[in-house]
Parts: sequence; structure tokens; C-alpha cells
Amino acid sequence: MTELAPSRSDIDTKLRAILRDVLGLDAERVERFDGGTGLFGHLPELDSMAVAGLLTEMEDRLDIIIEDDDVDGEMLETYGGLLAFAEAKVVEN
Amino acid sequence: MLVLPALFDEANKLRRLTVEVMQRLDAAGIDSALPDLPGCNESRQPLDAQSLDHWRACAMAAAAHFSATHVLTLRGGVLAAPPEMPGWNYAPVAGRQVLRSMLRARTIAAREAGREETIEALQQLGRREGVELAGWPLGAKLFAQLEDAAPQPDSAQVEIDQGTIGGGGLWLRAEPDEAPEQADTLAAAVAMGISTV
Repeated sequence: MTELAPSRSDIDTKLRAILRDVLGLDAERVERFDGGTGLFGHLPELDSMAVAGLLTEMEDRLDIIIEDDDVDGEMLETYGGLLAFAEAKVVEN
Repeated sequence: MLVLPALFDEANKLRRLTVEVMQRLDAAGIDSALPDLPGCNESRQPLDAQSLDHWRACAMAAAAHFSATHVLTLRGGVLAAPPEMPGWNYAPVAGRQVLRSMLRARTIAAREAGREETIEALQQLGRREGVELAGWPLGAKLFAQLEDAAPQPDSAQVEIDQGTIGGGGLWLRAEPDEAPEQADTLAAAVAMGISTV
């Protein structure tokens, strides 16, 4: 997670683009998200329906399958958690 | 032009875009009509008594009633479109994907409330007796038909994907929003198309 800023991986770029679309934020603001930026439970607009849309979009754009058991509070709580999860899933594929 | 709206929550997210596109079509001299699918939006029919077959029949009846020559569908609206009618499918989506987001929303909300539900179990319930997802009571028939429904590649309609429109799809937004430039592009694609089809 501490590697976040320098790594700038492809997954990171795609994940930020998805969050931009879901949250309707400008690119600059999403660009400033770091590993500790709070998501589910921190952003009032990110309710369960929005999170569900976010996960479904991640499946499409990252070509991964997200199982029920994968979804927990930790993975959704921060940007770092979500990115780590996405990276692990892409590797797993 | 018959306009078939997106389904369920996506209809709310795309409400403004849908109306804005219709206003632009009107300005271009194209009349359009936006019926509610039975059980959706302001329809007084119970949603849990609906089926995709019935929605398709109603879409055909609406096309005849308004003497529509073309159809524009948004997202899941494609699933109710008469395949032989010429027109456009904006960002078409399969029923399975529509359900997947809704099933997932329910499992996430359940988990937040300290209950454990699985997508698999909810799917079985949906097929057997219907299930309420994200506030939408879906009957067993509609649920099962949506699971199998996909845009038909051999329909007379042309796909307009989000890449063509530019920007992020408004159905993804956590809150309903508007994007006048997306409405401009979508209406222009349709208006240009209608003069050549």
C-alpha cells in the first residue's frame, strides 16, 4: 500500500477511472486519492447500490470475477484496500 | 421514435439524460414517446406481476399506438425492444448484468445490517418465488426471463456504446446526474442516423 504513489499501475489508472465515473468527480480530485482515502462508509453517496455498480464495473473493465466472499468491509473501506484487492484478483486470473 | 427507458435503478440515473435526448430530438423535428414499462416508474401495475414477454408485447403495442417508425433503447430497455424495428441501442446491457448489480447491492446491504446473504441463494429464491432487490420486487417470471435475456445481435437496431458518446456512463453514478454534452452526442447520432436509415 505504501508503494501506491510510485507504482501507478495500469490497474490503478483503471480503478481511478471507474471511481471517477461512479462518484462523478473530476479527474484531479480522484488523482489525489491515496491508500488511506476512505470509500464505503466515508462517502455518503457510495451506498450499497453504488458499490454494487462499482464492483460490477470493476469486473467488466478489469476482466475479473468478484465472489460474494471477496466483498468485505476492509476491501471497500479505503482506496488502498480496493486497489490491493483488484491487483490480487487480476493476478489470480 | 419510441423510447424504451433503462430498467430499475438505472432508469432513475438516466432520467435526465433520457428527457434531454428527447428534447433535442424534438428540436431536430423528430417526435418521440417514452412509455413506462408496466410496473416501472409511474405505472400503476404491480412490478412483481410482470414478465419480459409482457413488456415486449407492450413495447410493440406502444410502437403501433404512436405510429413509431424507429426505437431508441437505453441500457436494459433493449431487452423489451421489438427486434425487427429499426433504431438504436444506447449502451445495451444483458439482463444478467442488470440483475448482478441488484443482487450484489442486496448482499452488501444485508452484510452492513449484520445478515449473511449470498448471490447464489438469492438467485434461487428469485427463480422460485421472486425476490426484492434494492427495493424492486421482481416476480419469478421476470427474474428468470431477465437472467436469460441479452441484446439480440441480429436485431434491426444499431448499438451506440458509451465510448462513442464519451465521458462516464451516467447509470454508474452514485447519484442521478446530468451531462448535456452526452445528450447532445446521443441525440445527434440518432438524428443523423434517422435521416439515412
